[in-house]
Amino acid sequence: MADFLTNLREVEEEGAEVIGSAATLDDLENARIEYLGRKARLTQLLRQLPELPVEERPSAGAEANTVKRRFQDLLESRSAEIRAQSRAREAPEFDPTLPARARWRGARHPCTLVINEICEIFREIGFVRARGPEVETPDYNFIKLNTPLDHPATDEHDTFYLPGGLLLRTHTSPVQARVMEKTEPPIRIVVPGMCYRRDPFDASHAPAFEQIEGLAVDEGITFVDFKATINYFVHRFFGADASTRFRPSFFPFTEPSAEIDVSCLLCGGDGCSACKGTGWLEIMGAGMVDPAVFENVGYDPERYTGFAFGMGPARIAMLRYRVPDIRLFYEGDVRFLEQFAPA
Amino acid sequence: MNVSYRWLQKLAPTIVGPALAVAERLTGIAVAVDEVIWLGSGLQDIVIGQVEEIASHPNADRLVVCQVNVGGKSTAQVVTGAPKVTQGAFYPFVGVGGTLPGGLSIKRAKLRGEYSEGMLCSERELNLGRDQEGIMQLYGDFVPGTAFIEALGLDDHRLVLDITPNRSDLLGHFGVARELAPGGGADLVRPDFPGHATVEVELLPSELEAETGGVRISIEDTEGCSRFTGVVIRGVTVKPSPEWLARDLRAAGLQPLNNVVDATNHVLYELNQPIHAYDLATLRGPEIIVRRAKAGEKLQTLDGKERKLNPDMLVIADAGGAIGLAGVMGGLATEVAGGTSDVLIEAAYFDPGRNRTGARALGMDTEASYRFQRGIDPQATHEAMARVVNLILAVAGGTVEGAGVDLNPRPTERLVVSVRHSRVTHVLGVELEPESIPSYLEPIGFETRQAKNGTFDVAVPGWRPDVEREIDLIEEIARRHGYDKFPDKLGLFRPTTIPEEEYADVFERLRDFFVGAGFLESRGSPLGPAEEGEVQVLNPLSEVESHLRSSLLTSLLHSVERNFAQAQRDVRLFELGTAFKAGAGPVPDERLHVAAAWTGAREPAHWSSEGGGGGDYDVWDLKWLVESVAAIAARGTELRPVDGDGDEPWLEDAFAVMSGDGQPLGLAGRVPNDRVEAPRWAAKVWGLEVEIVSRRAAQVTYRDLPVYPPSDRDLALIVPTRVLAAEVAGVIRKAAPDFLDDVSIFDVYEGESIPAGTRSIAWRLRFRAADRTLTDAEIDAAVKSIASALKRDLNVGIRGA
Ligand SMILES: [Zn+2]
Repeated sequence: MADFLTNLREVEEEGAEVIGSAATLDDLENARIEYLGRKARLTQLLRQLPELPVEERPSAGAEANTVKRRFQDLLESRSAEIRAQSRAREAPEFDPTLPARARWRGARHPCTLVINEICEIFREIGFVRARGPEVETPDYNFIKLNTPLDHPATDEHDTFYLPGGLLLRTHTSPVQARVMEKTEPPIRIVVPGMCYRRDPFDASHAPAFEQIEGLAVDEGITFVDFKATINYFVHRFFGADASTRFRPSFFPFTEPSAEIDVSCLLCGGDGCSACKGTGWLEIMGAGMVDPAVFENVGYDPERYTGFAFGMGPARIAMLRYRVPDIRLFYEGDVRFLEQFAPA
Repeated sequence: MNVSYRWLQKLAPTIVGPALAVAERLTGIAVAVDEVIWLGSGLQDIVIGQVEEIASHPNADRLVVCQVNVGGKSTAQVVTGAPKVTQGAFYPFVGVGGTLPGGLSIKRAKLRGEYSEGMLCSERELNLGRDQEGIMQLYGDFVPGTAFIEALGLDDHRLVLDITPNRSDLLGHFGVARELAPGGGADLVRPDFPGHATVEVELLPSELEAETGGVRISIEDTEGCSRFTGVVIRGVTVKPSPEWLARDLRAAGLQPLNNVVDATNHVLYELNQPIHAYDLATLRGPEIIVRRAKAGEKLQTLDGKERKLNPDMLVIADAGGAIGLAGVMGGLATEVAGGTSDVLIEAAYFDPGRNRTGARALGMDTEASYRFQRGIDPQATHEAMARVVNLILAVAGGTVEGAGVDLNPRPTERLVVSVRHSRVTHVLGVELEPESIPSYLEPIGFETRQAKNGTFDVAVPGWRPDVEREIDLIEEIARRHGYDKFPDKLGLFRPTTIPEEEYADVFERLRDFFVGAGFLESRGSPLGPAEEGEVQVLNPLSEVESHLRSSLLTSLLHSVERNFAQAQRDVRLFELGTAFKAGAGPVPDERLHVAAAWTGAREPAHWSSEGGGGGDYDVWDLKWLVESVAAIAARGTELRPVDGDGDEPWLEDAFAVMSGDGQPLGLAGRVPNDRVEAPRWAAKVWGLEVEIVSRRAAQVTYRDLPVYPPSDRDLALIVPTRVLAAEVAGVIRKAAPDFLDDVSIFDVYEGESIPAGTRSIAWRLRFRAADRTLTDAEIDAAVKSIASALKRDLNVGIRGA
């Protein structure tokens, strides 16, 4: 038995070495004949089995069969290796790892991406797009929106004035009044557009910037509808995990007014530099339409209620794409813009 | 507005818990807290030091060597250059190994041969003062060695509030405490000032004029000033404030000045009532009057500036003229300073609108004007006066001379506003218990009385000038209920009657086209220099942003230049936006435009150099782009080569886009070198701009697919150079039978083998009938009639024929 096993190990070691180093398929066939063929040493060893004592035969037989299976496995894998190598050598001119023949990739502007997504989400709940002029009158920009010109609230709108008593709209809200004057409820609109404020360019301000206004007016619209609509948007846009915080604020054309914070996209609410440690990011101003606005456009404020909201797509794009400086949006640098190509 | 948490707790002891939680609550129910700052931050190593000895420095005239008691029996030797260091006085001290708020750590140092084992600190070094020079002397009784944070009460938090324009009542600690205290106004106290038992301050009501302490006070302009209280205090000692007062002010971010001025600021920050103190000795004559400024009148204000006044402005004046800009800033001449002993104290109500007009005209924005413009409580002037008089008596001594005056020519009463329970439900969408309405409103100072039918009559406190209507009360109810407590339940809605905005679809199709063509969407600033716009901005931020752009292409070219500056040779940009043109009237014309600018290689470089098109963009790419864009932006357009006759286009190799009725809608071409700053390695720069007039995408109508096979015939035509390809195609189409399916050009050749003054254009004519297979004879006949028409109409012959 001991001799048998010694011989078996010797054959196994030698055979594995020869099979593993076969360079061609012919070499491999020779090795097969030498170690598994009829005259192979392994075959001869198997023939010696009956000479062993009866009780040792099964284990000796098992050992020998294991070696046999190992040779078969080795032959198979070596054969695959040799084939692969020879395939590679057969087509030496073709290197599939060379770069593809590309085309230029175009991209929508990140603000467009955000605006479109916002409009699409609101479309799901019945809002359509509307548009209004960028050059406005003080009447539409302020007065119809319940903002007297000498009110401190106008301080926050540092306004660009044009000849003829005109101005560049400081928000998209004048479109509210323009639409309501022309149409009867139900109204459900979103209004993307450019707005202007006399803030010099810096990392978070641009004198001309995008805004999206929203307005819903009908009989029976309540604060609950307002809150649920905004939450629907936030969850669709920022994800089901995002939470919102509605907190009191002031806008002359909404009451009750609210500012809406969303849990910080970067830290998930734990506090980081983006959210100044608060865990919240301010994303929009909103509220129930002030009855004075309804009166100004000729609606009956006892009959109709509604809500309005406004947000800055550039600011939201900054949060979503982690853009640190708003000026990058307006410089037309292709290295920036091409990052927003569809993947 | 900065609020000290400890100050709040002094006014409402029921406010408890971590400052952060309190800040969060305030954000949830009233106004946002932007920041919560721990005032002790970075001051852990500072202790109270008392200077025991001051000796001159043996080797330096400007330095002194102090022995500072830093606790127990230990002293530290400190060399300082501070000019006013005083023996026996207390100063903040940091020893060797300690750290200042900025992170500077203190080491043992030798200054001109004398050891210094620490330093006496200035307010600036401790991040306490704004720009205070010199070391910070502490007034009061201190134990040397005590931790500075503890001794100065800096274990306090500053809440930085973002006050909305409607909530002027939150511009004082008292108002903030009222919002936060669990029991609201009922929890509020006005504690005695340290070392002073509050005394009653008598104010005699009067209408337009009265006398107090030898000063006659009158209101001439009752529109600008509807209430004016005045008290004379004689014998005050003006000196630095005690530490508790200075600390309160510092905690709120104010700089202590002297005890009288600090007392007025303390009441300002406590009760939101601006107070002014005049040095009585400086008054010219025994009389002051509240009146409109006179035209040409001048006043040197406290900030040292000479102000030219006009009758829109409200002033306090004595016999010699204006001594203060009412509710904005006092005059320099009557300022309370070191030598002042008798003061006249003013607490008044000035009209918000008038204050705004006056302050704006002077470009002034002060703590006082900010508050008057937002509206203070006209019914609590006397209370603020009583408070400030007590505070001055507490910190500066003196005695009140006689009764004060309270001129109140137009007394106001609490406005009563009704709120219907049904309307609350209608607006808010949740049914609150009718009985709960008082519980939301009463704690913050509203008095409610139930009238019939679920209606409440609500008396509005004077400090809430923003509450005038039912909806204002509904907002109060909603926010005191807590916005976050409203359910989040999306209800049914009716579809809107408004159609989708008419250009949105075309905008998206243009974007699709350009993105597909490898272009990047740009958004440029609509504001540009005068030469790029027709519509002027009256108050631009700068010369280069003084006009609204009339062309999007012009601003795209600036972006191309910026990309060149970044060594980008391949740039393809497009933009959609508004172009502003001078209108017929004062209102500018806003036109929607699409523009593109591009330069460089038609395709990215590839190692195989079998790039297909290869090379740089040329005029034929331009033509395809502008044709495609025009087809989307304005249907039925025609492209017309611009030959430079008449109106010279600013682009070269230019095409004009004409509408069906012959109106110019756009231009495309090569940007000449003088219009774009291009480096030498740059390729040609191309541009297009087209007005968007299509409101909807073109409707597609299906055409039957051909059933019968086509037959192609190629014709090489010798075309005189003056004849355009389009003219040839026109003649072919006209002469051909209706089974001519398509005409295309597959080669253009000019050269030796053809006659001078001509070129060879190779055409492929495709014939196909919808109802049968054409015979060769039919096609031959068609070609023959085409050939003869070409010869006859254009003198175009078939090559080799
Ligand atoms: Zn964060």
